[in-house]
Amino acid sequence: MKAIVCVKQVPDTSGKVAVNPDGTLNRASMETITNPDDLNAVEAALKLKDETGCKVVVITMGPPPAEGMLRELLARGADEAVLVSAREFGGSDTFATSQILAAAVKKVGLEDDDIVFCGRQAIDGDTAQVGSQIAEKLGVPQISYAADIKKEGNTVTVKRMLEDGYMTIQAKTPCLLTCIKELNAPRYMSLSGIMDCYAKPVAVYEYNPLQDDPLIDPPTIGLRGSPTNIFKSFTPPQKGKGKMLEGADKATCETLAAELLKKHII
Amino acid sequence: MDFQLTREQQLVRQMMRDFTENEVKPIAAETDKTSTYPRDTIEKLFDIGVMGMIVPEQYGGAGADDTCSAIAIEELSKQCASTGDILATHNGLCCGPIMANGTEEQKQKYLRMLTKGHKVGAFALTEPDAGSDAAKGTCVAELQGDHYVLNGSKIFITNGYVADVFVVFAMTDRSKGTKGISAFIVESSFPGFSVGKHEEKLGLHGSPTAEIVFTDCIVPKENLLGAEGKGFKIAMQTLDGGRIGIAAQALGIAEGAMEESIKFAKTREQFGRPIAKFQNTQFVFADMHVAIEAARLLTYKAAAVKASGARFTLEAATAKLFASEAAMKITTKAVQIHGGYGYTKDYPVERMMRDAKITEIYEGTSEIQRVVISGNILGK
Repeated sequence: MKAIVCVKQVPDTSGKVAVNPDGTLNRASMETITNPDDLNAVEAALKLKDETGCKVVVITMGPPPAEGMLRELLARGADEAVLVSAREFGGSDTFATSQILAAAVKKVGLEDDDIVFCGRQAIDGDTAQVGSQIAEKLGVPQISYAADIKKEGNTVTVKRMLEDGYMTIQAKTPCLLTCIKELNAPRYMSLSGIMDCYAKPVAVYEYNPLQDDPLIDPPTIGLRGSPTNIFKSFTPPQKGKGKMLEGADKATCETLAAELLKKHII
Repeated sequence: MDFQLTREQQLVRQMMRDFTENEVKPIAAETDKTSTYPRDTIEKLFDIGVMGMIVPEQYGGAGADDTCSAIAIEELSKQCASTGDILATHNGLCCGPIMANGTEEQKQKYLRMLTKGHKVGAFALTEPDAGSDAAKGTCVAELQGDHYVLNGSKIFITNGYVADVFVVFAMTDRSKGTKGISAFIVESSFPGFSVGKHEEKLGLHGSPTAEIVFTDCIVPKENLLGAEGKGFKIAMQTLDGGRIGIAAQALGIAEGAMEESIKFAKTREQFGRPIAKFQNTQFVFADMHVAIEAARLLTYKAAAVKASGARFTLEAATAKLFASEAAMKITTKAVQIHGGYGYTKDYPVERMMRDAKITEIYEGTSEIQRVVISGNILGK
C-alpha cells in the first residue's frame, strides 16, 4: 500500500512579491516554499503511514532546485521522492501538468489500495485544477476538499468541506483526494528526519523514462500542449469592510432586515 | 575554509524558525509574565527530537552535531530565552556529560530517558558558597555498601523543579580538594531527593530555577559517572560545552532584539520621518550587526572545533564572553531605540534585556571567561 502525494514548489507570497512587466510572477527573484495545501496532503499521507505503515512517495514537477523541497518532505517522514524535470515539460499549464504527473504516478505504480493525495490548490495559480485532472487522466475516483479522511480496507470515507456545509462520501481505492488546510496541522521536520533525508532516494524522471506513456504525447505537454492563454493578470480590488450592527434589540433587528432586503438577500 | 552551513544544519535552522514562530513566539510574553514553565513546548521539542538531539541514534537521539544544537538554541532564544535555556541545559549539561563519561549501561538507560523517554535533564554543581570556586562545595557523597549516600544542597539549578535526571557533583574525599569531587547521575525519584526554594529571577522567568536538596539521598553505586575523584574534570569539560550553548542563547537574544528594533525604527516616526532615517539610529544598527555577525562566527567556530574532537576550551570561553556581552549591549540599545515604549511590557525588548543579563553570569561569569582565556593564552 502506498500514499502518493503530488506537491508543488511555489513563490513565498508572504515575503517580497515580484511581478514582471507583463503581470506574471517573477519567480526567479522570490523565495520558494512548499505549497501550503500540499503540506496538508503530505500530512494526510503521513497520518495514513502512522496508522498502517504504508509507504509515502512525494512527487513534484519542477526545475532541479525543487529537490530541496523534496528533501524537506523526506525529513517530515516521507519515504521516497520523485522529481519530474525535463525541458520538454517546461511551460505546462494545468492540463499539461496533470498529463505529466499522471504519467509519473503510473510509473511509481498505482496499486489497488493506493491513494493519491493533492493539495486543493496552489497559491500561485489558485486554479484547483491539477488534482482533479490527474484523477481524470488516471481514471480513478476523486474526492475534493477533504476535511476528514477514514480508510477501511479498500474504502475511503471523506468528509468534504463546502462553502455551505459538509458532504460525506465514499470511494473505492485507488482514488485521489484533494486536501484543505482544515484537514490537519502539518508536522514539523524531525531531527532524525533531517539527519536521514539526504540518504533517502530521490528519483529523477526526465523525458525519456516517461515518453512511452500514452499521456506523454508531445502535442499535449509543455508550453505547446497547454491550451491556457493568460490575457490579463491583476490584483482584484479589496472588498470593503463589512458593516457591523451592535445590539440585541428590536430596532437593530429591523435595521438588519432592512439592510438584507436592500441587498436582495431576503 | 567553508562558512556555509551543511545542508542538514540549514534544514535545522529552517525547521526551528518555523517551530519558534508558531509555537514559541505566541506565548513568550505570557511565559515571562506568569513565570510558567513552557511544558507543552518542551513536550513538542521532545516529539520532534530536539531535546537530546546530540545523542547518538543508538541511544535514542538524532546524532546531530554541536552546530545543529547551537542553531536550535539560537533560534528559540530569538523569541524566548527561557526555552533556549531549558534546551541548552538539557542537551549540553545533562546529555553531554553522560555521552562523554557514561558507561554503556548508563548511556542505554539515561540517554534513552532523556530522548525517547521525554525526561528532562539538569546539572547540579553550584552551591551557596561554591559558585565559580567549585572546590569549596560541601555536598558530600559517602559510599555505603552498594550505594552512595548524598547530603547537601545545590542552588540556582536550571530545570531544577521539572527535571527527572540530574548530573550532580559531590565530595567523595574532602581532603583532596577538586580531586575529591565525583559526579553522579541522580533521579528525582531517588529516596532523599527534594526540591527546595524556587528562585524568583530578574529574567528567564520561564526557565525553572530551584534549589535541590539531598537528605541521606540513596544513589546506586552504578550511578557514579566516570571514576571517583574525576568529577571536577567532568564538570569543567561539561561547562566548556555548555558555554557554546550559552553563547548561542546570547546570540539568539541579540538577534531577536535587533529584529524587533528594526521593525520599530522603520515605523516609529519622530520629527516627520521614521527614526531609522536618522544616522544616529543607523549607526546603532551597523554596530549591532557587526557584533551579531562576530558572535555567530565565534559560536559556530567553537561548535565546529568541539565536533572535530579537538580541545575547545579557549574557543568556547571566547564565544561565550563575546556573545553574552554583545547580547547585553544590544538589548540595552534595543530598549533605547524603543524609547519609553521599550521600558514597558508592551514590547519584548525589556524582557530580552532582562534575559540577556544572566548570560554574562551563568556557566562561568565574564570574569571567569577572561581567566580561562588569558590562562590559555599566557600559560601557567
